[in-house]
Amino acid sequence: MGLLDKRFESENIVITTMDDLLNWARLSSLWFMQFGLACCAIEMMATGASHYDLDRFGVMPRATPRQADVMIVAGTVTIKMAERVKRLYDQMAEPRYVISMGSCSNCGGPYWEHGYHVLKGVDRVIPVDVYVPGCPPRPEALLEGILKLQEKIRKHSLVEKKV
Amino acid sequence: MNPLEILEKIKTKFPEAILEAKVEGVLEPFAKIKTEFIKDVCQFMRDEPELNFDYLMCLSGMDYGKGLLGVVYNLNSIKFKHKFTLKVEVSLDSPNVPSVESIWKTANWHEREAYDMFGINFIDHPDLRRMLLPEDWDGHPLRKDYQVQEFYHGMKVPY
Repeated sequence: MGLLDKRFESENIVITTMDDLLNWARLSSLWFMQFGLACCAIEMMATGASHYDLDRFGVMPRATPRQADVMIVAGTVTIKMAERVKRLYDQMAEPRYVISMGSCSNCGGPYWEHGYHVLKGVDRVIPVDVYVPGCPPRPEALLEGILKLQEKIRKHSLVEKKV
Repeated sequence: MNPLEILEKIKTKFPEAILEAKVEGVLEPFAKIKTEFIKDVCQFMRDEPELNFDYLMCLSGMDYGKGLLGVVYNLNSIKFKHKFTLKVEVSLDSPNVPSVESIWKTANWHEREAYDMFGINFIDHPDLRRMLLPEDWDGHPLRKDYQVQEFYHGMKVPY
C-alpha cells in the first residue's frame, strides 16, 4: 500500500477499507513457526540471516505456535513427526498459514518410492497455502514463497462471497 | 596380531565353532561362527590378553535373501590396533541370536536397531524395543520381503 512512504506535512487522515487495513497488517508481520526438519532448515536459516534478511518483510522466527501466523515446514516430514506437525498446527491461532518448503514436504521428494518412514507430502495432515519447490530451495525461492503468501493474504475479504 | 593368527587363536579355543573363514585377499578378514557359539567366542575375544578386542565398532543386521538373516560384528582392539569381523547366520523362521550386550554395552542400541529393521530376536537382551520406528509399526522394513502398510494412524503411507 505504501502508506508509510508518503510524508505528511501536518496531521492528516487516511481513508481506506477495513479489508485493506487488516490485510496490510497481517501480511506485513508474518511471524513464522520454525519447523526445520532437515537440510531445508539450513536454507531457511540462511534466509533469516543478514544476507537475505527476512526481517525486512516483517517475517520473524518464533519458537512457539501460539505466537506464529505461518508455519514453514522445511524438510522431510517423517511419519513419526507428522503427528507433531499436526498438533502444533492445531495450536496456532487463526488466521494461520502453511508454507511447505522443499520437495520432501511437498510430495515426499527422493523418498517417494522406498521411503516407508516418510509422509508423502505434508498436505496429507495439514492444509498448505504455498508450495516452494526445490531440493533444497534457495533463499530467493523461499522469499518468493513468502511474497506469494502475502499476495494471497492481500486478496482476503471480510465480505462473504456471493456466487 | 595379524588376522591369520587371530583366526588360529579362535580355532584352537573353539574347534567346532567356525563354519567358514577368509583372512587373505579380503578387505575385512572374517570368520563365520555357529550361532550358539557366538557369545562364548565374543567373550573370549574380549578377555584373552593377546586379542583384547575391547571395542565393538559396529553390529549390523543383514538379510541375505533366500530365507537367511545374519548379524555382523566388527571388532577392534584399541590397545593392539588390530581388527576382526565375526558373522552369524540364522533362518528367517527362527531368527534367534544370543545377545552380546553383557560383553560390550555398545551392542545394546545396535541390537535394538537390528531388531527394528530385520526382526532379529536377541536372546537375553535387557530392553529389546524398536529403536527408530514407532512402537506400533508393522513389520521390519529392511527385510527383502517387506511390504509397507497402507495406513498408519489414519495417514496413508505409500505414495
